[in-house]
Amino acid sequence: MGALLTVDDVHVRYGDLVALREVSLSVAQGEVVCIIGPNGAGKSTLLAAVAGGVTPWRGAIRFGDVDVVGIRPEVVARQGLSLVPEGRHIFGTLTVDENLRIGGFIHKGRADAKADYERLLELFPRLRERLNFPAGRLSGGEQQMLAVARAVMTRPRLLLVDEPSLGLAPRIVDQIYEILLDLRRREGLTLVINEQSSNRILKHADRIYVLRGGRIQLEGRAADLADGEAIRSAYFGFGSPATLEGVAP
Amino acid sequence: MIAFLQNLIDAVSLGSIYALTALGIGLLFGILRLINFAHGDYITIGAYALIVPSADVTARLMIGELPLVVMTPLICLIVVVVALLSDVLVFRPLRRASSPTLMIASFAVSYIIQNGVMMFYGARPKAVDLWSGANTQILIGDLRVPMLQLIILVVTLVLMAALTLFLRKTPYGIQMRAAAEDFRMATYLGVRGNLVIGLAFAISGILAAAVSLLYTTQSGSLSHTMGLPLALFAFVAVVVGGMGSLVGAVVGGFAIGIIVTMLQAYLPPELRAFRDAFAFAFVILVLLVRPAGLVPSRTTFERV
Repeated sequence: MGALLTVDDVHVRYGDLVALREVSLSVAQGEVVCIIGPNGAGKSTLLAAVAGGVTPWRGAIRFGDVDVVGIRPEVVARQGLSLVPEGRHIFGTLTVDENLRIGGFIHKGRADAKADYERLLELFPRLRERLNFPAGRLSGGEQQMLAVARAVMTRPRLLLVDEPSLGLAPRIVDQIYEILLDLRRREGLTLVINEQSSNRILKHADRIYVLRGGRIQLEGRAADLADGEAIRSAYFGFGSPATLEGVAP
Repeated sequence: MIAFLQNLIDAVSLGSIYALTALGIGLLFGILRLINFAHGDYITIGAYALIVPSADVTARLMIGELPLVVMTPLICLIVVVVALLSDVLVFRPLRRASSPTLMIASFAVSYIIQNGVMMFYGARPKAVDLWSGANTQILIGDLRVPMLQLIILVVTLVLMAALTLFLRKTPYGIQMRAAAEDFRMATYLGVRGNLVIGLAFAISGILAAAVSLLYTTQSGSLSHTMGLPLALFAFVAVVVGGMGSLVGAVVGGFAIGIIVTMLQAYLPPELRAFRDAFAFAFVILVLLVRPAGLVPSRTTFERV
């Protein structure tokens, strides 16, 4: 199976600070890949680099057949890659309806933008009730749903989701994961999800990367890492005392 | 009472000019975080484009002689081209630069335009008679209203309504509002950054061209620094109204127009020379009470 996304030996620097070093990963068509790591590990930087928001200092990123290093985010988005960034970044002064339509403007002139819009509202009935609300007034969970729906409106082949569970109640997070996996089933969407904790993602992901200190510490199939032991030591950088059981990973 | 109403009409008319100028500045600030001091010079260009380029003191009309339906689009086109050129040549290479850098670059653009105008048209102010018919007065009851002031108000309202419609109802308008709120996120969703910024420059050019025509008709004179006070007062209007809020820019524009006119009318004559000092003192007062301006741009409250 050909890789949809290949990240090869990527380094990212912010001034003197090296945020990512020697990061390589690949994502195959239809996979759910999760990147887990503590706060500040470089997870968001990695997704931003893939989406064109940050230009790597070194390394190659290929999406499909295209080398996306140095390409502007709007051009990457038009290749079929969409990022739901950390903190959701809803346009708070725009209505829910306008937020959604922004995502569809890439496909202006195509009738299916309208069809996408309707189909997504089927998936997110909460949003339909609030179409003419300023999006800034939605609850955190609704905003996260809107952020996902808005990204899907661009018709991505690859959806990058940065910490979808951040600041949300577990019940809401479950809903959001359900929808993400549903989208994958229905639309053949490939997913890369950043998370700080692994307990939920182990159930859903096909493969897992652990990122700490800007480096990939561990890579493996979720099924092989299910006991969590290897993840714990990669995540913390040392063998895991029993007391850490159930804390972070 | 009549005198007050008369002053109020003057105030609203001046406020309209400031509001239109402030809208142009506010629009670019919203999207680019650029405080464009060259906006006043776009106005200057639009005004000088009306006459034959020469250093003579009496100006001969060139484009200004054409019928209104030809002249207006032509002046708009010229100013829009200048605005777009300043984006492509100066501001686009500085896309990643900080806000103060952009502002200083706009000073440079401003000086270049002023000196360019001076080279082609000479440094002395020129008298120009664009549309003398507009100064006929209309009697409304006991009020004498110069027709031009009504025209200024109507044009301002029409342009504001058109801009509102554009921003609310069209795909590009929605993309511009999104980009103004969160530029990076908008590009992640495929909104073309340079296109949206170019659109903002073009619209601010059209607004500047409108001010060129209205202001030149009213003042009857041209000078290569004529745009400066307009840009300065409009900038103050943007700050008073609330940076980043277009409604604020309009409110601020009218507020400044009213304050300046009323000070001019009601200050004791020996203090009138210090009118602007009083006006700016008032601005400071407003900012002390409402640091974010009269209409702060972040009206939404965040929820987690």
